[in-house]
Amino acid sequence: MTDTSDTTARPGRRAVFEAALRRRSMRIAATSTAAVLLAIVLLVPLAPGWEAVKKSFFNGPVFSKTFPGLLDAFLLDIAIFAWSLPLIAILSLVVAICRDIQRPALYPLKLFATLYTDIFRGLPVILVIYLIGFGVPGLGLPRPWNSPYIWGSLALILVYSAYVAEVIRSGIESIHRSQRSAALSLGLSSGDTMRFVVLPQALRNVVPANMNLVIALQKDVALLSFVGPVEIFRQAGVYKSLYANFTPYVGAALIFLIITIPATRYADYLMHKRRRIEQ
Amino acid sequence: MRTMLRLAGVQKSFGTHHVLRGIDLDVDAGEMVCLIGASGSGKSTLLRAINLLDPIDDGEIVFDGVDIAEPGLDPQPIRQRIGLVFQSFNLFPHMSAEANVMLAPGRVKGLRKAQLKAPVTELFQRFGLGDRMGHYPDQLSGGQQQRVAIIRALAMQPEILLFDEITSALDPELVAEVLDVLRRLREEGMTMILATHEMGFARELADKVCFLDGGRIIEAGPPAQIFDNPQEQRTRQFLSQLL
Amino acid sequence: MKTIVTALCATLVATAATAGNDCTAGKTLEDGVLTIATGNPAYFPWVIDDAPETKQGFEAAVAYAIANEMGFEDDAVSWVRTSFDEAIQPGAKNFDINMQQYSITPEREEMVDFSLPYYTSAMAILTTATVVEAVGDPAPEALKGLLWGAMAGTTGAMMIDDAIGPEKDILLYNDNTDVTQAIQAGQIDAALFDLPTALYLSAVTVENGALLGQFPAERSQNPDQFGILMEDGNPLKACVDAAIEALTASGQLAALEAQWLAAATGVPVIE
Repeated sequence: MTDTSDTTARPGRRAVFEAALRRRSMRIAATSTAAVLLAIVLLVPLAPGWEAVKKSFFNGPVFSKTFPGLLDAFLLDIAIFAWSLPLIAILSLVVAICRDIQRPALYPLKLFATLYTDIFRGLPVILVIYLIGFGVPGLGLPRPWNSPYIWGSLALILVYSAYVAEVIRSGIESIHRSQRSAALSLGLSSGDTMRFVVLPQALRNVVPANMNLVIALQKDVALLSFVGPVEIFRQAGVYKSLYANFTPYVGAALIFLIITIPATRYADYLMHKRRRIEQ
Repeated sequence: MRTMLRLAGVQKSFGTHHVLRGIDLDVDAGEMVCLIGASGSGKSTLLRAINLLDPIDDGEIVFDGVDIAEPGLDPQPIRQRIGLVFQSFNLFPHMSAEANVMLAPGRVKGLRKAQLKAPVTELFQRFGLGDRMGHYPDQLSGGQQQRVAIIRALAMQPEILLFDEITSALDPELVAEVLDVLRRLREEGMTMILATHEMGFARELADKVCFLDGGRIIEAGPPAQIFDNPQEQRTRQFLSQLL
Repeated sequence: MKTIVTALCATLVATAATAGNDCTAGKTLEDGVLTIATGNPAYFPWVIDDAPETKQGFEAAVAYAIANEMGFEDDAVSWVRTSFDEAIQPGAKNFDINMQQYSITPEREEMVDFSLPYYTSAMAILTTATVVEAVGDPAPEALKGLLWGAMAGTTGAMMIDDAIGPEKDILLYNDNTDVTQAIQAGQIDAALFDLPTALYLSAVTVENGALLGQFPAERSQNPDQFGILMEDGNPLKACVDAAIEALTASGQLAALEAQWLAAATGVPVIE
């Protein structure tokens, strides 16, 4: 400790030790990964059904014929995602705030919001899409208001808003009571207290959790195909029956991964950052 | 001297826990009143009750001639005139020190940022934080945070300021800078009620010291009487424990 | 074309008797039993009441005729149910032959084997009386503006694109029920089905249902032909083909068609 410049120039004992440890675990990880990959590459083709599986799932010609069409169909997924997301943000915020209502006069709103989240979190997404996507237009709405794009999207929005609202509510509850007290003591209205003090902190806390829901939404958009729209999952199904081959599904899976893996990494990064700030 | 605040028979329970059992207290304009007593004696609850954060069950709180404990009264305009500073600062962590201070005047009084800039800067400079306005709470020391919290309360130009053990959460070496702020406010004639454990400070500056125990004011009077010649057995006991 | 078929038939009829004996032994999942797959559920008029073992319905009747021709007695036929995906997935199959209105396409033949066609279907446009009234003359031009739907996984969607080329995107559905629901809800104007299915749906399922027109098989460049699906390289293929050839030549297949698939009279033809 007498000469600090010396310790900064040369790594200390612990740093040397940890660097060696890191190198060693890197070696182990790399070796084991390589071994597993090698085993898969060598052993799987030995399986008696491999040729058939390869022809059905990893068929080069079918892949190259269908991939552009799948990409094209994926644009519809992105469009549905893009118009649903802002509406989910708005609806979930309204529901979360309603669930936080403390004034007795507004209790019915709170009750309604609670019922809403309970019901839509309790139902499988596909069921809601079927019921709303076919059921509501069946009432006899005129065009274009009976479009499956509208009602299918609404079903997605209703389900995902219920989940996001719960996440936001947990964020609101995580903000300590003293923050509200401080804002109210300054003479701020309860609305301003929510808007300027509680919500900004709550929303920031729940960004990682909501990122995961956004990724799930990106995938569940495909469920809209059940009420008619030909998005990537359906398009892959059409190709499958045209070619009697499952390769288009593998192509669709690849397209999904291209989008969702970076998004998942980003969500993890945000979560990691959040944890560092809290420490 | 004009009576600014009068408490009469103030009662407050949380469930079965009877916290305030009939508090009577007069505070004159420009006066500094110190509330002393053990933890749980009701000091904090009393301050929160005056700020209308915890509505009282019974009794009167007459502020500037109006009974503000009237059930159904909108608390918001009254809170704007009564400032409260908390033990744990309670700064808004997502805002800079400056934004913390400007939020309430901006929203409540409808003042624009440009209008607020000069008076707020002046306040920061007066309390030695002119170079910290852009910092976030987590970039400030405890003492600095508490001074920002006081500035935040002052920016609303309250008629009376309540302080809830504002030095208790501070490291000992940071207490002095916060007490200095109080000393200056005292000189400027601010009406203040302090819940405090700083007996030396209370003795030096208070006009009136009230000893609370079990939700009642056991003894009240000028500091010299309370500290040097307490009349009540329980007051003597409390003070002897501190020494 | 016709002369070649007749010539082929003549030679095959001669060999049919001997072929029958080879077919019952060693080529099926279970010796002496022919396992036939159909849909789940199987629809009218292909199978009546979802009960193929009663021989009621066109495909049920044809299945037993083929089995008999191959040398299997009625009680040597066993039924299973599969979806389209199960029929084409790699790996062991639970059926010898699979019969559920599979359209023969060259792309599919890359992956699986099809028998010779046992039925050539016209395609018909299922819609409601209201739409028929609005459209009037079913000229291809008038059909472009309609909202079209079809069952996913059928050749209907491709045929709509080829024959009509609609202005708006086609909507696709999982099964007949979903398509008719979409018509009922006004989400689509019309859907394309094989004629027998369309006739059934318009008469029974769709309220106020009607057929707007048909694309007759003989006028189409690519007629929709139904074949029996088998695993790629299945040794039974030759037996099944021989049986179908024999039934075609003897006129039995045409008789079954006349019995179960009522003639589509009165459905206007789209030029």
